[in-house]
Amino acid sequence: MKTNEKHTREPLFHITKRSDIVWWKAWIIRAIAIISALIVCSFVIIALTKYNPIQVYKTMIEGSFGSERKIWILLQNIAMLLCISLAVTPAFKMRFWNLGAEGQVLIGGLASAACMFYFKDSIPNGLLIPIMLVASILGGVIWGVIPAFFKANWGTNESLFTLMMNYVATQPVAFFIMVWVPNGSSVMGVINQMTKSGWLPDLFGKKYLLNIIVVAVVTVIMFVYLKYSKQGYEISVVGESENTARYIGINVKKVIIRTMIISGAVCGLAGFLLVSGTNHTVSTNLAGGMGFTAIMVSWLAKFNPVVMTLTSFLIVFLQRGAGEIATAFRLNESVSDILTGIIIFFIIGCEFFINYRINKRSKKEAE
Amino acid sequence: MLTTIFAFINAAIIQGIPLLFGATGEIITEKSGNLNLGIPGIMYMGGISGIIGGYLYEHYTDNPAAWLCILVPFISSIIGSSLMALIYSFLTITLRVNQNVTGLALTTFGIGVGNFFGGSLLSFFGETGSISLITTGNYYKAKLPFADKLGLFGKTFLSLGFLAYLAIIIAIITSYMLNRTRTGLNLRAVGENPATADAAGINITKYKYLSTVIGGAIAGLGGLYFVMDYTGGAWTNNGFGDRGWLAIAIVIFAVWKPSMAILSSFLFGGLYILCVYIPGLSSSSKELINMLPYLVTILVLVVVSMRKKRENQPPAHLGLSYFREER
Repeated sequence: MKTNEKHTREPLFHITKRSDIVWWKAWIIRAIAIISALIVCSFVIIALTKYNPIQVYKTMIEGSFGSERKIWILLQNIAMLLCISLAVTPAFKMRFWNLGAEGQVLIGGLASAACMFYFKDSIPNGLLIPIMLVASILGGVIWGVIPAFFKANWGTNESLFTLMMNYVATQPVAFFIMVWVPNGSSVMGVINQMTKSGWLPDLFGKKYLLNIIVVAVVTVIMFVYLKYSKQGYEISVVGESENTARYIGINVKKVIIRTMIISGAVCGLAGFLLVSGTNHTVSTNLAGGMGFTAIMVSWLAKFNPVVMTLTSFLIVFLQRGAGEIATAFRLNESVSDILTGIIIFFIIGCEFFINYRINKRSKKEAE
Repeated sequence: MLTTIFAFINAAIIQGIPLLFGATGEIITEKSGNLNLGIPGIMYMGGISGIIGGYLYEHYTDNPAAWLCILVPFISSIIGSSLMALIYSFLTITLRVNQNVTGLALTTFGIGVGNFFGGSLLSFFGETGSISLITTGNYYKAKLPFADKLGLFGKTFLSLGFLAYLAIIIAIITSYMLNRTRTGLNLRAVGENPATADAAGINITKYKYLSTVIGGAIAGLGGLYFVMDYTGGAWTNNGFGDRGWLAIAIVIFAVWKPSMAILSSFLFGGLYILCVYIPGLSSSSKELINMLPYLVTILVLVVVSMRKKRENQPPAHLGLSYFREER
């Protein structure tokens, strides 16, 4: 009798894959996830600060939109995060886990800074900036294509390889800063403060406008490239199934290397923008973790460059807002990482309910 | 000269212990097919939970007892890091979220939690300054009484706190478990081919959850060792640095073998501080020497993938989530 009972035991839930979901249903699920994330964050904030969470959220909004300057910084941060997210997207679409954006950006930035440092007075700005651009892109490409080469030829695990390349990139930056700064300090000041050679010009008197425009253009190009070009199609086929790709005559090796060249190039571009357009200096913390955040931005947007503007806005808004909370309520600024983490957990978790259907055990089945 | 060499070996071992905890934990996790990139965050969490536990205990008792000074941070560290690993497990195993994304989010979260509480724990209790649990730290640092009497050998190998030996013991036990027991065989089967393991009647979910949580707890002890023994009960924000990623590098370097991880950790610990011990090095070239651990890891990764020896490969299903109905 007992064994019989055991035999008919069925799990309470039964999970099946959804083949398709109406788009508005998916967005409702995502909205629920974001709202519940904000509720959980509120509890965390109450527990930590004992302040009214609505007050805290208000402070967050002020931190991002409070003044014209804050809005420009917000836009600039969004642009940079978006640029790096765009860079990693084609690789992800191909299921190539480029966790090395951090390093690729860093090397790109280093190349730019080197050009600024060595050619400061000898070359006019109109020529120097293109040279820097090319050098940065080249740096990013080299850093990106090395793991791709090994992945394409020997199947070397790319996520671990690119991850290690980040730390290999950190050291030359630290090295050159020590070489360049006369007193052996590990902090590089602003390069060419007086002459401003190698600095991207201000457009209409706005410092970050050029950066933002460049990234906007890259976004559109990337969208078209991934969605409407033949190469973009090849990327998605390789991502879906390498065997299918091989069967229909796509040269998988070539696609992997070509895609990583693009990915590295855009990372290099981001490094150039950060050095030439934003910071005018270089540090080992140039990418500041954006290489990793970009992976989440790209993933949350389902690799769609246009949606990525939204997701990178969300993340940057959270980080800037949480930074504002930190100063306003005298908290440690790491609170932004905690809130970002919680919200990302919820958003990535909710994808499950979009991709899978949970069927409760029906009476009929149980009998 | 000889003294310097032994001092270097001692320093290398001390640097290697947190890495060994992290690497052992990550090996157990990866054997089940979960590539947990949240290990750096988990190690921060293990450290800060230990600090919080120790601080609360010292704060609320007048005469801290030695065994509680050790036990309370130890338990709270394990709880903290297990909870982190549980978040990862729930998201990747039950909800089948992408492992890389979850792991990176977990690292952001864990480092955030660590730095947040590290920076503001004292202000919650109306104190200022930085955390320093000297009493607890000293109990963790306590060495064998006869260690100093045994000359260089004793100073180098026997003068470590108990967590250091625990790390080595855990690695050896793990090695035995993985290679010599039925549980280990099942676990490896889950990481290699979950569908086959499932068909053989192995409970995939249970194995994945348990190995990830246990692995996370072990990795968290690395953070505990760092804050209690290495820094003597003090917390500095971002003090743990990138050691978590180095632990993941060791997993590759040791080709997923815990016994290999012991020596690799000490080697990496040595590489981590090598620049201090090479005389006449300019500070800029020290930075280049610091590149070595990562370059060596890349080299191993490439060589392993080129030689294609079957026993040196990563678990075949590493990084992929398992859904029974998807064949």
